[in-house]
Amino acid sequence: MLILIQYTVLFASILLLVALGGCFSEHSGVINLGLEGEMVMGALGGALTMKFLPDGTPAVVMVLTVMAVSLLVGMLYSSLLAFAAINLKADQTIVGTAMNMLGTALATVMVKAINISESVDNVSSEIEYVDQKKNLIVNIGKFEFSWFMLVAVIALVVSYIVLYKTRFGLRLIACGEHPQAADSVGINVYKMRWAGVLISGMLGGLGGICYITSGVSSWKFEYGVAGFGFLSLAVMIFGQWKPHRIALAALLFGLLRALSNVYAGFDFLVSLNIPSGVYNMLPYIISLAVLAFTSKNSHAPKAEGIPYDKGQR
Amino acid sequence: MNKKSFWKNDGVQSFIMSLVCIIIGLLIGFIALLIINPAGAFSAIGAVIKNFFNYSSSGARIKYFGNTLVQTAPLIMCSLSVLFAYKVGLFNIGVAGQYVAGACACLYAALAWNWNWFFCMLFAVAAGALLGAVSGILKAYRNVNEVISGIMLNWIALYTTNMLLSNVKEVASPYTYKLAQKGQAAILPQLGLDNIFNKNKYVGIALLIAIASAVIVWVILSKTKFGYELKATGFNKNAAKYAGMAEKKNIIVSLAISGMLAGLGASLLFQTGFEEWSCTQSSVPAMGFNGIAAAFLGGLNPIGTLFSSYFIQHITSGGAHVDKTMYSAQTSDLISAIIVYLCGFVGFFKYLMNKIVSGKKDKMVKEDVKEKAKKEAKEEVKEEASPVQDADIVEPEEGESTVFEENEALEETEGLENEEGGER
Repeated sequence: MLILIQYTVLFASILLLVALGGCFSEHSGVINLGLEGEMVMGALGGALTMKFLPDGTPAVVMVLTVMAVSLLVGMLYSSLLAFAAINLKADQTIVGTAMNMLGTALATVMVKAINISESVDNVSSEIEYVDQKKNLIVNIGKFEFSWFMLVAVIALVVSYIVLYKTRFGLRLIACGEHPQAADSVGINVYKMRWAGVLISGMLGGLGGICYITSGVSSWKFEYGVAGFGFLSLAVMIFGQWKPHRIALAALLFGLLRALSNVYAGFDFLVSLNIPSGVYNMLPYIISLAVLAFTSKNSHAPKAEGIPYDKGQR
Repeated sequence: MNKKSFWKNDGVQSFIMSLVCIIIGLLIGFIALLIINPAGAFSAIGAVIKNFFNYSSSGARIKYFGNTLVQTAPLIMCSLSVLFAYKVGLFNIGVAGQYVAGACACLYAALAWNWNWFFCMLFAVAAGALLGAVSGILKAYRNVNEVISGIMLNWIALYTTNMLLSNVKEVASPYTYKLAQKGQAAILPQLGLDNIFNKNKYVGIALLIAIASAVIVWVILSKTKFGYELKATGFNKNAAKYAGMAEKKNIIVSLAISGMLAGLGASLLFQTGFEEWSCTQSSVPAMGFNGIAAAFLGGLNPIGTLFSSYFIQHITSGGAHVDKTMYSAQTSDLISAIIVYLCGFVGFFKYLMNKIVSGKKDKMVKEDVKEKAKKEAKEEVKEEASPVQDADIVEPEEGESTVFEENEALEETEGLENEEGGER
C-alpha cells in the first residue's frame, strides 16, 4: 500500500509541475503542445549535471544545481516556442509538435555523442545516475520522500498566489482572455506571453528531471518522456486551467499511473484481471469525457492559440 | 509583368520556402555534426543525403531504394491525412492514433482471422475512419477542439492496440507474428514490381495506392463540389450553415476521411511484412508526426506531398549510414524536426517575400486605382481593388484563410495581372 501511495505522490508531483507550466503558458494565450519536448530537454540538463558533478559534491548543492540546470534548460528550450509563436506568429500547433520531435532527437543525438566520445563501443542513449539519485531522496520510514514532492507543493502555492493575487498574474490572464483589451490599458502583450511561455518551460524542465529520476536510476533518451507531457496536458484540461483543481486532477491521474505500475502487488487488483494498458489509458478517457461534457462552457482562456498582432483591430 | 507573377505564384513560393526549410535544416544538422566531431562531419551529412547510394553495387542500391519507397508509402498517406484535414480547417494531430488503429485492425485481421489482403486493408481503413469520426463527433456536437481530442485518442489507440495485438504476438519477443508465417493471405500483391527493385519482396501495390490517393485527394479538394463544401465549412462553420450545408456532418466526414487515409497508410506498411508491431512500445509511432512534417514541407499540396514524404523518408533512412563510431542515426530525426519547426512560420516568410517582391508594384497599382476612381469607374475599381488587397497582404495569422483561398487567390492574381497588362 505504501508503495502505491509513494508512486501516486511522485507521479502526481510530476504531472502537477508540468501541468502548472502548461497553465501559465495557456493563460498568457499560447497553447503549449511542446511540453513533452521541454520535459525531455529539462531532463537532459538535469541528467548531465548529475553525470558531470564531481563525486564528493554535498547533497544539498547537488540537488539545487540539478534543479537549477533543469529549470534553465527547459526555459531556454521553450524560448524556441515563444519566438516562433509570439514574434513570428507561427501556427502554435505545428511548432509545438516540432518541439516534441526536436526535443527527443536533440537529446538522443547529444547523449549518444557524449557516450561515444567516452567509449566507442557505447552507442546507447542511456545516462546512469545510480548514486546521484540517492541524494534526491530522503527515507522517512519506508516512504521514499523525494525533494521534487516538496518542490511541486511549493510550485502549486506560488502559482496560485502569482496567478490570482499579483498584478503580474492578473495581467497574464488578461493577455490570454482578451489581448487587445490588455494592450489598450498599456500591458505589453508580447512580453507577458514571453513570460508565460518561459515559466512553462521552467516548470516543464523541472517535471522532466523529476520524471526520469522517479523509480529508475538510468534513462534512455530515445524514449523521450513516454507521453507524460501529453498526460500533463490532460491534467491541465481536467483541472480546467485552475491551479487548485489541477492539483486534484494530478493526484487522480497520478494514482491511475501508479496503479498501472504496481497493480501486480495487490491481490484484489490482480484478481480483477485488468491489463495495465487500461490503467494507462483511463486518464485520457476521463479527460475526453470531461471535455465532452464541459466544453460548452469551457474555462479555457478565450484567446489561446491566436497569435496577437498589434496592428490588428 | 510576367516575372512578377512568377514570383507571386503561390506554388512557386511554397516550393522556394520548402527548399529554404530543407537547406536550413541540413545546415543546422551539419553544424550539430561539426560540434560533435568536426573530423567526419562532411562525410556524415553526405551519408545522410546519399542514403541508398552509400551501397557500392547497383543491385544493393536499387534494393534499398525499394526499401525507402516501401516506407515512403505510409508516410505519404499520413501526410495526405494531415493535409486533407488542414485544407478543411482542421488540425488532425490524431493522425498518429488513426495510423495506430489501422495497424491494429489489419494485423489483427491478418494474424487472428487470416483475412485476405483486401479485406484487411478495408478493415484498417474503417478503423482509422472510426477514430477520426470520434474526433469529428466530439468537435461537431460537443465543441471539443480536435487537437486535444486527437492527442487523447492517440494514446487510447496506442494502449488498446498494444493490448489487442498481444494476443497475436510471439511468445519470446514483443513483436507480432510475421505475416509470411501466419498471415500470408494478407500480404499485399507485388504486381511484379518486386522484380524491378532487384527482387525486393516488400515493394508492390502499396506505392501505387499511395500515389493514386494523392491524386484522388487533389481532385476531391480542388475539383469537386463535395470538397468545396468541406473547405467552406472549415473556413466558416456558420457561413456554411447559412448557405445550407450540413456543417456538423461535414466536420465529421472531413475527419473520418482524414482518418481513413491514415488507417490505409498503416495497412500499406504493415501488410507488406516489412515491419512487425512491437506490443511494448511506450510512445506513439513517429510515422504520424512525420506525416505532419511532410504535409507542411510539401506546401500543403497533395502532389508536393509525394516529394516531401520521399525526402523525409530518404534522410530518415540515410541516417542509418552515418559513421556510428562518431554520430548517431537520430541525426536525421534532428534534421526533420528542424524542418518542421521552420515550416511553422512559412506564412511569415511568404509575407516577407510578398512584401519584398511587390513593394514597388503595390504602390503603382494603388495609384492606378486611385486615378481610375477619379474617372468615375467606381464599380470596376471596387471589383479590382479588393482582389489586389487579398492577394498582396497575406497576413500570417490568417493561415486558414490563405489556405482556403489558395487556388482562388492564385487564379485571381493571374487574372488581375493580365487585366492590368492590358490596360497599360
